[in-house]
Amino acid sequence: MVHWSAEEKQLIASVWGKVSVEECGAEALARLLIVYPWTQRFFSDFGNLSSPTAIIGNPKVRAHGKKVLTSFGEAIKNLDSIKGTFSKLSALHCDKLHVDPENFRLLGDILVIVLASHFGRDFSPACQCAWQKLVGVVAHALARKYH
Amino acid sequence: MLTAEDKKLIQQVWGKMGGAEEEVGAETLWRMFTAYPPTKTYFPHFDLSQGSDQIRGHGKKVVAALGTAIKNMDNLSQALSELSNLHAYNLRVDPGGSNPRFALQLLAQCLQVVLAVRLGKEYTPEVHSAVDKFMSAVAAVLAEKYR
Repeated sequence: MVHWSAEEKQLIASVWGKVSVEECGAEALARLLIVYPWTQRFFSDFGNLSSPTAIIGNPKVRAHGKKVLTSFGEAIKNLDSIKGTFSKLSALHCDKLHVDPENFRLLGDILVIVLASHFGRDFSPACQCAWQKLVGVVAHALARKYH
Repeated sequence: MLTAEDKKLIQQVWGKMGGAEEEVGAETLWRMFTAYPPTKTYFPHFDLSQGSDQIRGHGKKVVAALGTAIKNMDNLSQALSELSNLHAYNLRVDPGGSNPRFALQLLAQCLQVVLAVRLGKEYTPEVHSAVDKFMSAVAAVLAEKYR
């Protein structure tokens, strides 16, 4: 089980409290598809992904981004049982979606950058540290059921 | 591969730092040491407390090297040749493999966070993508001579 200090929990919660799940989720997913274009392979039925502008404006990208970050929110509500929280999603990503777990790490790093751009100086080094730990733990949990 | 547009965006971003290069370097290193403690193992001879002269001095060096790289994006291999030798034969910073990650990738993540904190909305997906590609290219050149 991952140990979270009181400070880490507070840093995570205080950022999360100010996050628009819809906006940040959409932005993080869009950036994944733009910065690492090969990730588009998982979204061939999403329509127009031909340019950064198209990706950012794509309603399916926005909707899915929101879904992904909402799920992330579940991890934050259950910091002490992240593995359990993502057990089914892990199996899904392996068995049905066939996503290389490396992509979870890429998305996690992108989410951190998105938060940095939104929160500026408030996204302190200690904040970044807690969030890098969180995205790492989530990525690990999502990779756990792979076989 | 860095496109002409990528190179333009990178130069613009660098230009926006407007004399704050030393702070950017120091903050990048501080965030890296905070979020990824194993990176400190390469600096046992440093005072790694926040704001230390050595972190500032080294941050300045790192940013200067990146500045040189940006002026020579068409020939990174040659421009960074000395540094490549240094990292391969002298410093021998572990290049990682699929897991764990190359320390320079962790530095790149932290630099991106610092730029995102400073530039906010201006750290667009296109800029993010260009910087990510550039830092990957730099890391690849620095790892070139490892074996």
